[in-house]
Amino acid sequence: MAEPTHRPSSSSRDGGGTIAEGAASGGGAGAGREASTVFAVLAEFESPKALMHACAKVRDAGYRAWDAHTPFPIHGLDRAMGLQKSWVSAFVLILGLGGAGLGMLMQWFVAARAYPLVISGKPMFSWPAFVPITFECGVLGGALGAIGGFLFLSRLPRHHHGLFASAHFERVTDDAFFISIEAGDAEFDAAAAAAFLDQIGAQRVETIYECGKVA
Amino acid sequence: MAHVVAGIDPIEGRPALIEGGPDFHGITEAVARPMEWKPPLGWYIVLGISLMMLSLLGISIGWLFWEGTGIWGNNIPVAWAWPIVNFVFWVGIGHAGTLISAVLFLFRQRWRTSINRAAEAMTIFAVMCALIFPGIHIGRPWLPYWMLPIPNQMGMWPQFRSPLMWDVFAVSIYGTVSLLFWYLGLVPDLATIRDRTKSLLGKRIYGVFALGWRGSFRQWLHYEKAYLLLAGLATPLVLSVHSVVSFDFATSQLPGWHTTILPPYFVAGAIFSGIAMVITLMVICRVAFKLEHIINPLHFDRMTKLLLVTGTLVGYAYAMEFFIAWYSGNLYEKFAFINRATGPYAWAYWTMVICNVVTPQLFWFKKLRVHMGTLFVTSIFINIGMWFERFVIVVTSLHRDFLPSSWDYYHPTFWDVATFVGSFGLFLTMFCLFVRFLPMVAMSEVKGVLPEAHVPVEDRPKAATELAVT
Repeated sequence: MAEPTHRPSSSSRDGGGTIAEGAASGGGAGAGREASTVFAVLAEFESPKALMHACAKVRDAGYRAWDAHTPFPIHGLDRAMGLQKSWVSAFVLILGLGGAGLGMLMQWFVAARAYPLVISGKPMFSWPAFVPITFECGVLGGALGAIGGFLFLSRLPRHHHGLFASAHFERVTDDAFFISIEAGDAEFDAAAAAAFLDQIGAQRVETIYECGKVA
Repeated sequence: MAHVVAGIDPIEGRPALIEGGPDFHGITEAVARPMEWKPPLGWYIVLGISLMMLSLLGISIGWLFWEGTGIWGNNIPVAWAWPIVNFVFWVGIGHAGTLISAVLFLFRQRWRTSINRAAEAMTIFAVMCALIFPGIHIGRPWLPYWMLPIPNQMGMWPQFRSPLMWDVFAVSIYGTVSLLFWYLGLVPDLATIRDRTKSLLGKRIYGVFALGWRGSFRQWLHYEKAYLLLAGLATPLVLSVHSVVSFDFATSQLPGWHTTILPPYFVAGAIFSGIAMVITLMVICRVAFKLEHIINPLHFDRMTKLLLVTGTLVGYAYAMEFFIAWYSGNLYEKFAFINRATGPYAWAYWTMVICNVVTPQLFWFKKLRVHMGTLFVTSIFINIGMWFERFVIVVTSLHRDFLPSSWDYYHPTFWDVATFVGSFGLFLTMFCLFVRFLPMVAMSEVKGVLPEAHVPVEDRPKAATELAVT
């Protein structure tokens, strides 16, 4: 049983995704005032196991703009969702090597060009002495790459997201497991998606409307 | 076995990591409670004492800047005294956080989840305390920027062949990376608090720092990869930092400092002292904030085993230093170590040996490993012992150098003691604020090690034929 359980009031702040805007403008300004635009269909599942099996079914049904939401990372869910590995590692490798390179370059510049001093008869560019700082700079670069890559790939920080309009979604950071199917592509049909989620074992299905687009 | 048996961890097949079998919501309630309820009276008392100690730090530093480093006992021949002892002591304490969060993470030690947040916070506060000492020890405290490679009108640059410069980079980068690691782990938990708190101001503040986290699994995938890689980066970093600190001593020509065993010996000692400090703090926090089921005897049992290992390693290093002093045949080297154990500072040396080598031997007994009173007392003994270790290394090596006419006995002054006590004030104040305003247990990680979070491999759906890019 799928029914809209939440309609944001007209005082809701602007924000949310812009994905479904095309559908809204199709009906003209007048139509937009009559019926608000669907942002996503959100379904709650009982347990990590139920969520994992439902995810596999959503994956096989061919939806694209969909996601699972969990209070903690569930191992094996990436395979159930059919997700590729994360490429944060590329950011870490590039920035880590870049940091190490810059560290060595800086020490070469200081010791051999800007302020050359003869210390115990060593060459100006006595690189073995520069290894510790090169290593530390590499670690710093890699750490910044890990944080930066995570934020960039997961599109964070962001001020708002359409799903926060749900009355139940707050519990995702506590103990609830959700699947959301967003109004991403042209074939998206909110009623069909809701019926599908209901059929694959959702405890509760709710339709989320775009904030600020309600009469 | 696909079935979940109550009280048994489904992956390890040993007793569950969290006692009492709470559900996911139970974890959130237990961890969020200290932040949402009125804190116990003891919290106000500890915070009050800590603030008084912190003001003592302010007064000591103010007087130091006004009067100069002459207010301390440092003098020739012991020019490096308490400030450097305190610096190494605090950096060492700071090592347990990264060990528990990074090294144990790579080794898949899932019990770390109950204590890693508090240990990481402790690391950051300890590094803050550590950085004060070299900062105020330089004599001309308005010139610390000379340690940084900043273009300036004098055309002067730092000397990167000096281990002291390595130290500047190692400790500051260690502090930065620890902070990033801690913050990354905090993001999902800050979102939990954002979603729970009733106050609008709280929602705003926690909301900003939670970065708009919504538990999306596509984000969790990047998050977990970033966390794993940060752990992989922090592991060699934690080993390198105290090695670099030891280079400050080991690359000098002074008997007692000039040894190749110093880097591993310093690292083992750092982990030893850091875990002791984690135990001291956790024994109190778990009772004060009713987290006994999350931070339970099983965690202390495993931490004390680490204490036993690192304490014994440190004991081995003490013995090996003496062996090498004899085996080297070097007169000065031999004298330095005989003087260390039998000279005017013998009392400090034997305090160190008793606290660091004898005390942890209690942990061969399972009963004592999980007895909170024993743990509290021994962890404080270990902290005292580890402070004395640094004191012994610094002061006994310096006070009788090559020229007997310059031998002297070092005494600390009131201001030495006041600055050190004051640094504890900073540490404890920060920790009190941390337990009140941030979740002191990593909720999302603890939920992940509950038995019901685990979906056995045979219960999982079939893998996809083709993969989607996240």
